[in-house]
Amino acid sequence: MTSHDMRHTKNRRGRRSLTPVLPVLPVLLAGLVSSATAWADAAPPGATACTGCHGPAALGSVIPSLDGRAADDIVAQMQAFRSGEREATVMGRIARGYTEEETRAIAEWLGKPEATRHAKP
Amino acid sequence: MPNRRALIGGAAASVAAAVLVAPHVRAQARPGVVVVGGGFAGASCARALKQLDRDLAVTLIEPEAAYVACPFSNAVLAGLRDIEAQTFSYDQFDDIEFIRRRAVAVDAERRRVRLDDGEDIDYTRLVLAPGIELRFDALPGYDEAAAESMPHAWKAGSQTLMLRDQLAAMPDGGVVVLSAPANPFRCPPGPYERASLIAHYLKTSKPRSKLIILDAKDAFSKQRLFEAAWQELYPGLIEWVPLSSGGRVTEIDPATRTLVTEFGSHRADVANVIPPQRAGRIAQLAGVADQTGWCPIDPVTFESRLQPEIHVIGDAVIGGAMPKSAFTANAQAKACAAAVAALVRERQPAQPKLINTCYSLVAPGYGISIAGVYQPRDGLLAEVEGAGGTSPLEAPSSVRELEAAYAEDWFRTITREVFG
Repeated sequence: MTSHDMRHTKNRRGRRSLTPVLPVLPVLLAGLVSSATAWADAAPPGATACTGCHGPAALGSVIPSLDGRAADDIVAQMQAFRSGEREATVMGRIARGYTEEETRAIAEWLGKPEATRHAKP
Repeated sequence: MPNRRALIGGAAASVAAAVLVAPHVRAQARPGVVVVGGGFAGASCARALKQLDRDLAVTLIEPEAAYVACPFSNAVLAGLRDIEAQTFSYDQFDDIEFIRRRAVAVDAERRRVRLDDGEDIDYTRLVLAPGIELRFDALPGYDEAAAESMPHAWKAGSQTLMLRDQLAAMPDGGVVVLSAPANPFRCPPGPYERASLIAHYLKTSKPRSKLIILDAKDAFSKQRLFEAAWQELYPGLIEWVPLSSGGRVTEIDPATRTLVTEFGSHRADVANVIPPQRAGRIAQLAGVADQTGWCPIDPVTFESRLQPEIHVIGDAVIGGAMPKSAFTANAQAKACAAAVAALVRERQPAQPKLINTCYSLVAPGYGISIAGVYQPRDGLLAEVEGAGGTSPLEAPSSVRELEAAYAEDWFRTITREVFG
């Protein structure tokens, strides 16, 4: 048995004895469990698919990272992909599946810590 | 689970609170989501659930110690890549309870999963990500024993290495026969990428050899791009026999390595039989697969059409235009996680929008792609019109090179997101 296995076995026993009694009334929850918000901001439709290709900047991929990109810049680039003004391999085909409003919502969400956490395990 | 202490503290403190809100306590016990299957779909979903709501108890059930990824495994066959580059451990799932067991039954009424050691795991909601099961009852003569001499290599790992080694041992002038199934099946462009990379290997190492594709259909994904590339790169090397020309394999004889079609028979030096498939076994056992063998789902929540509180994602799913790919599995997993996280907190799930992008290598430095955007429509995941499509048929080599580079980096990025 590896140490990895042992840790998980221990977790399982621990879980058995942990009586599931946490109530989830949102107002109570925030105060009872921890000071930070447990629930991440829900991503707008389509937002979580981006990180399938666009990873953390640290990966050094030829596919550009979206880390730290200004929302306005993302919206403008997506518009250029959509219209064909900016040449692309695959992004034109994807951008045409999103409206301006959807793109804006995604671009703004991508700048939030929740999005960053999503992309960086 | 680094926050266990905080949770127990919270649980104790909440007993007092529970008195005040007694009518809600039973229904709102700490929700636990159990995910079965540690591939692109299941591992992504478990991770996304925890990121969305770290107070969810998330359990991942997977019998293997490591995952061997299918995307890029065709490059392993052609000797262009090591199998180690395809292999990912489950060491990076610290805040998820990883149970290294096989799920063998689901009691949907009691909301309980049975493991192969007899233990039961309760769930609030269950996510099944079982991938595919190869149908060893569909092609007469092709059973699990036959796969030991005529590999399918449609689940990456030892089968991939077996096919690679058979190709390496084949004498120059040999005949490789690949049989491709009817739709739907895992990775629609996969057989043709495989044919391309095997052809690359034959061209460079065994140039008098030949590759025959026996196909149970008359059309396939990225067909015009593949055929144009074969013409350009491998003239006379690949012969594609479609359904209408008698391409459908009806019987296999492992003793003589012969594939029988309606029109004749092909004796192979190396045979790669990709058999018909259905949703992974646990989906059948849980009652979430229909008569097609695949799992119909609600396109907003990925909840099974057949069993409540059980969600299905990835290759096992039917019910729309999304192809069975690793990208789809990952995208569905994240959308499903958002829906499940909302449902366990009694929130309204949002309408998802999903992407698929799928690269194929025709040769080293020569990549092509297909993409699509999907959203729920009429109870299915439908393609957004005006979007998506394949790489252009006419393109300079720089575009093919760029797509090959994107393919590699996509794999690095997605496996990092999924497996840590």
